[in-house]
Amino acid sequence: MRHIISVLVENKFGVLSRVSGLFSGRGYNIEAISVGATLDPQVAQMTIVTKGDDNIIEQITKQLNKLIDVIKVTDLTDFDHVEREMVLIKVAPKAENRAEALRVAEIFRADVVDSSPKTYTIQVTGDEKKIDAIIDLLRPLGVKEVVRTGKVAIAREKQPAATV
Amino acid sequence: MKLTGAEILIESLKKEGVKHIFGYPGGVVLNIFDVLYGEKDLELILTRHEQGATHAADGYARATGKPGVVLVTSGPGATNIVTGLATAYMDSIPMVAITGQVSTMLIGNDAFQEADIVGITRPCTKYNFLVKDVADLARTIKEAFFIATTGRPGPVLIDIPKDVTVSKAEFKYPDSVDIRSYRPNLKGNIWQIKQAAATIAKAKRPVIIAGGGVIISGAAEELKELAEMTKVPVTLTMMGLGGFPGDHKLCLGMLGMHGTYFANMAVHNADLLIAIGMRFDDRVTGKVEGFASNAKIIHVDIDPTSIRKNVRVDVPIVGDVKHVLKDLNKVIKEEPGESWPAIRKSWLQHIEDWKAENPMSYDQDDVIKPQFVVEKIYEVTKGDAIIATEVGQNQMWAAQFFKFKKPRTWLSSGGLGTMGYGFPAAIGAQMAFPNKLVFDIAGDGSIQMNIQELATAVLHNLPVKVAILNNCYLGMVRQWQELFFGERYSSTCLIGTPDFCKVAEAYGAVGLRASKPSEVEGVIREAIKVKKPVFMDFVCDQFEKVYPMVPAGAAINEMLLRPKAEAPAAKKKLKAVK
Repeated sequence: MRHIISVLVENKFGVLSRVSGLFSGRGYNIEAISVGATLDPQVAQMTIVTKGDDNIIEQITKQLNKLIDVIKVTDLTDFDHVEREMVLIKVAPKAENRAEALRVAEIFRADVVDSSPKTYTIQVTGDEKKIDAIIDLLRPLGVKEVVRTGKVAIAREKQPAATV
Repeated sequence: MKLTGAEILIESLKKEGVKHIFGYPGGVVLNIFDVLYGEKDLELILTRHEQGATHAADGYARATGKPGVVLVTSGPGATNIVTGLATAYMDSIPMVAITGQVSTMLIGNDAFQEADIVGITRPCTKYNFLVKDVADLARTIKEAFFIATTGRPGPVLIDIPKDVTVSKAEFKYPDSVDIRSYRPNLKGNIWQIKQAAATIAKAKRPVIIAGGGVIISGAAEELKELAEMTKVPVTLTMMGLGGFPGDHKLCLGMLGMHGTYFANMAVHNADLLIAIGMRFDDRVTGKVEGFASNAKIIHVDIDPTSIRKNVRVDVPIVGDVKHVLKDLNKVIKEEPGESWPAIRKSWLQHIEDWKAENPMSYDQDDVIKPQFVVEKIYEVTKGDAIIATEVGQNQMWAAQFFKFKKPRTWLSSGGLGTMGYGFPAAIGAQMAFPNKLVFDIAGDGSIQMNIQELATAVLHNLPVKVAILNNCYLGMVRQWQELFFGERYSSTCLIGTPDFCKVAEAYGAVGLRASKPSEVEGVIREAIKVKKPVFMDFVCDQFEKVYPMVPAGAAINEMLLRPKAEAPAAKKKLKAVK
């Protein structure tokens, strides 16, 4: 099953390497990873999307906790949470499809952040389903390049009674 | 007063109570070695290879419980310690390794003798540091010792660039350290401990499996109390040897791939395993699916990742073994009187039957059997010696036939299985205990992996006794080739082995040889009498194998036992492991 794990780490040099080394060294799979600062400049936030059965996920969270620089590990899959990803899509539609590309962007409430005589760069934010859907619609029009940020996620403030 | 980085390092080590450093100099650590010159409170033991330095520090740590300290230069000096770090990491041995690094402004430039040792050792250290500012040095050393020695111990590396050893800073060694993301949990959850006590009380066929955690946490007394109180037999992992007296009537010896028949049978047929400070390594479990399938498992370990990593666990207890066992013993004592001897009678009888069925044995004929040498060392020393081993058959025979009575008397590379470990480890232990008898039980292959340390032993007058079980083969690999590869002895015959006695003499040590069984005891006694390092070359049976053996992929009750053809009834059966 797919899990989204949020990891608070000391914002030090080499920490990302310790985390990614743990995954590669033990044969765990990282589908996506994103890293950023938090309100505390000494703490960084990693969001890791990984796959595995319950035993593997248990080991992953324990092994992450064991790293000296890891402050807190939360498997957000256990919580009601919001996850988002941002994607930049460069499309190069034929002249007759340029309007269609803009219409797709509008449907998904995506922004055109750059345009050239031959291309548009479309920025879209959302969950996995939304992003997959817009890419599917744009692909026949001629997608040149896609760049994704990887997911970020946060637990909802109000949790259903069972998981709190 | 301001001190240089090199001075801060040495002063900090003194504050940590370090008396011995094992190391080797080089370009970027010149300033550090210069401070050591004439230093009275801190002795540097110059090994002949950096790998030897790490194993010596490791042996020192295993024998004393104190962290071993290593000091080497950058680049090749640093990469040469990787095996030693990995060995210590796998066996949870506290160690602080200090490596020199090229100057900060050169880092990343592929400078002379530059290696990214922090990157290289990330997966084989508990933690590692690169110190870029001399102002951080003292605190870093404090943290390194703290991390190395607490929780599940392990090696920590500090990489110090040359310019940091020269720069000056105010020296103030911190009194304490607090790392918010690292606070090991010592006490076990009391509710879980009560669960464990209740489970033990209900069990009909319980077995304790004790591992290296018992030794690390100093819990041998607590373990003995638990076993004796509840009359539960104890088997030990290789790392656990010495954690429970090998001559105790409840002791089943080692379990696993080369464990005793009765230990493996007991574990296989148990209805409860009480696993204490061990991690269900594949050499212990054999095929996991067939491992103790009818047993509940109580698992005590300080490292949460050890629990449920390889086997299912019914009662997990995360905590330091000593703390947990103290609490567990207390809870059990408070229970209204179980009549433990009565409850256990039939189970213990069952185990006695297994012991009688297949005791540990070998047949001593006219060629020296390696097991005979190990037993003789045990007899002559009355078990009062520190025994290091190399890796392979020598290690297994030492584990099977020497009855370790006390913790920290068995020094052997368990997890990594590092050939060349034993001799430098014995040197490190002898450095810590100059008046104790220290042996290295070696093979003719392994001893050649760090044979250069003879110079270290001779120079520092460390009278280590090396018993080479010389069978002219890489015996353990040869054994697998004989049993599973149709006797195709690919690259295991060690043609070209030197005369070990002459090698020893060339270094200024003593060489003794025994070619006949009748000479074995005399050689051992002579070696002990000589107050010098000794190589004992025992010319052994080339084809002797380690039994029992659980083949790869088999369950631990599916042991290969000594074939009857090799053991004609007429020959004398030697003593069983009790």
